[in-house]
Amino acid sequence: MARWEGPLKKIDDYRWEIPREYRPGMRVPGLIYASEDMLDSIREEQAAEQVVNVAFLPGIVGHSLAMPDIHWGYGFPIGGVAATRVEDGVVSPGGVGYDINCGVRLLRTNLREDEVRPKMEELLSLLFTNVPSGLGSTGKIKVGKKEMDDILTEGARWAVKRGFGTEDDLEVTEERGCLKGADPDEVSVKAKERGSPQSGTLGSGNHFLEVQVVGEIYDQPAARAMGVDDVGQVLLLIHTGSRGLGHQVCDDYIRTLREAMQRHAIEVPDRELACAPVKSAEGRSYLAAMACAANYAWANRQCITHWSRECFVRVFGHSLREIGLEVVYDVAHNIAKIESYEVDGKKLSLCVHRKGATRAFPARHPSLPDRYKEVGQPVLIPGDMGRYSFVAVGTDRAVKESFGSVCHGAGRRMSRHAAKRGVRDADVARDLAAKGIIAKAASRGGLAEEASEAYKDVAEVVEVCHQAGLCRKVLKAYPLGVVKG
Amino acid sequence: MKRFDVVEHTADTGIIAYGTDMPEAFANAAYGMFSLMADLRQVREETSRYVEAEAGDRESLVVSWLNELLYIFDVERIIFRRFDVLEITNTRLKADAYGEKVDPSRHKLRGGVKAATYHTLKVAERRERYSIRVIFDA
Repeated sequence: MARWEGPLKKIDDYRWEIPREYRPGMRVPGLIYASEDMLDSIREEQAAEQVVNVAFLPGIVGHSLAMPDIHWGYGFPIGGVAATRVEDGVVSPGGVGYDINCGVRLLRTNLREDEVRPKMEELLSLLFTNVPSGLGSTGKIKVGKKEMDDILTEGARWAVKRGFGTEDDLEVTEERGCLKGADPDEVSVKAKERGSPQSGTLGSGNHFLEVQVVGEIYDQPAARAMGVDDVGQVLLLIHTGSRGLGHQVCDDYIRTLREAMQRHAIEVPDRELACAPVKSAEGRSYLAAMACAANYAWANRQCITHWSRECFVRVFGHSLREIGLEVVYDVAHNIAKIESYEVDGKKLSLCVHRKGATRAFPARHPSLPDRYKEVGQPVLIPGDMGRYSFVAVGTDRAVKESFGSVCHGAGRRMSRHAAKRGVRDADVARDLAAKGIIAKAASRGGLAEEASEAYKDVAEVVEVCHQAGLCRKVLKAYPLGVVKG
Repeated sequence: MKRFDVVEHTADTGIIAYGTDMPEAFANAAYGMFSLMADLRQVREETSRYVEAEAGDRESLVVSWLNELLYIFDVERIIFRRFDVLEITNTRLKADAYGEKVDPSRHKLRGGVKAATYHTLKVAERRERYSIRVIFDA
């Protein structure tokens, strides 16, 4: 692929601007958060040009942003953030992605590493059978038409009502696991048909369940607010999204919005940036359907939480109360949200697109639960399965600068195909085992394509966000065992 | 003739499918997509589905066609291995697809494909040889 040779003007050590003058038609400049060392690899692909393309969207304010885990995506780069005015701006499914509300949920336990390690194999096997995963996997819950509509409107609350988890879980889920404005009538029959057999499944690809151990704590008070007291404590991380339902919603609306663009006389430089005014009938329909898919994903993570708890109880033989396994937080990293920000001294209602980016609200933000009022919203940033993950908290600076957004993960360095070349699952499993990590995958090639080498080092990504002041590191956790979809 | 090549993309995977005519190129694009999902040598032709796709232009028709097949895969769990394109224009396609229900014990399932995308999508025609480039969100 051609190298990107456009201008990156240094603002400071972690901020690089693409000036508006770079391409006529840009409504705002681009801004990439990165260290100087990262620039070379960022220039290796055309992701920066996608930051530029996004800057063409009508109604965009501030900058077209990219987090340090930026890599080439569809329309928007992965790691892209863009806020458009609700009043006269557009919403673009390309700014959300196919896996709507792909996200992560972190749970904490009272268990210690030395209790868990000897039972890891048993725990993973049970998680593997109790949480449906892999390509074409179907769920354990039968969902009828009426019930599907309930999932789409109520999200995680639907799952709690059915006995999967508790009210406390909702308290610490972004939007309490239910995005408002969801209208099941805006979701095609096809999307619902795809979602129905997959309710409560992990899926395949980069989705996973990971048992982790806290390795370092950087911010004691924040860690304590999250129920983490000490190094050696065991955590569980769940990464999944809205499955085929979300993919179908995205595909349906890219098609609808491409047609709508002609009617609204909007031109964009890339087909995957199909968009419509937020306030138009088409834009509103998309947001209502997207909210449904987001809710489906939250219900999904809620069901998986419940089944994971069952596994822990069985393997460790204690009550759930003793084990802990309480939700720390649950974040969406592929989503568009209507939020208010001050831009040039004016309070504006904005449509914030986060495509591979995590919401990062600071302490005292009104939408945070009491537990996090003092420390800020937990931001969950998984790394690859061979290294480590981070938990951080949002800052005021993120609100001022990046529409309350920060990075979402390590970011791929290598395509799935390239990662698999000459590498067998067994080799990857052996390398992981040498590091004390047990891995199970539902799909062939599932381990090889997710090997550490395929990803950037998440520590570098998080460090940039931390140094740039968009978030504050709280803790680092190491994997003990992984179930890959 | 080679049916398809795999192309590199950081986040995901794509293919370039070939054919001496449009029907063959479209059939090979579908074959290439399912090849990313499973080893098709182990898939039998036990059932078939009639598929129709429609779109505004030839490129978009590729996306409609492939996403229609992914929809059937998700809903009916049928993995397809042979495609008979019966009728095709720049905006419409009619085809029969042959395959069988997923059986994880027998099929070597690989990673999934979420969707065919419009990203760098291209249908090209040169000296009576057609090629379709399509990238998948995987």
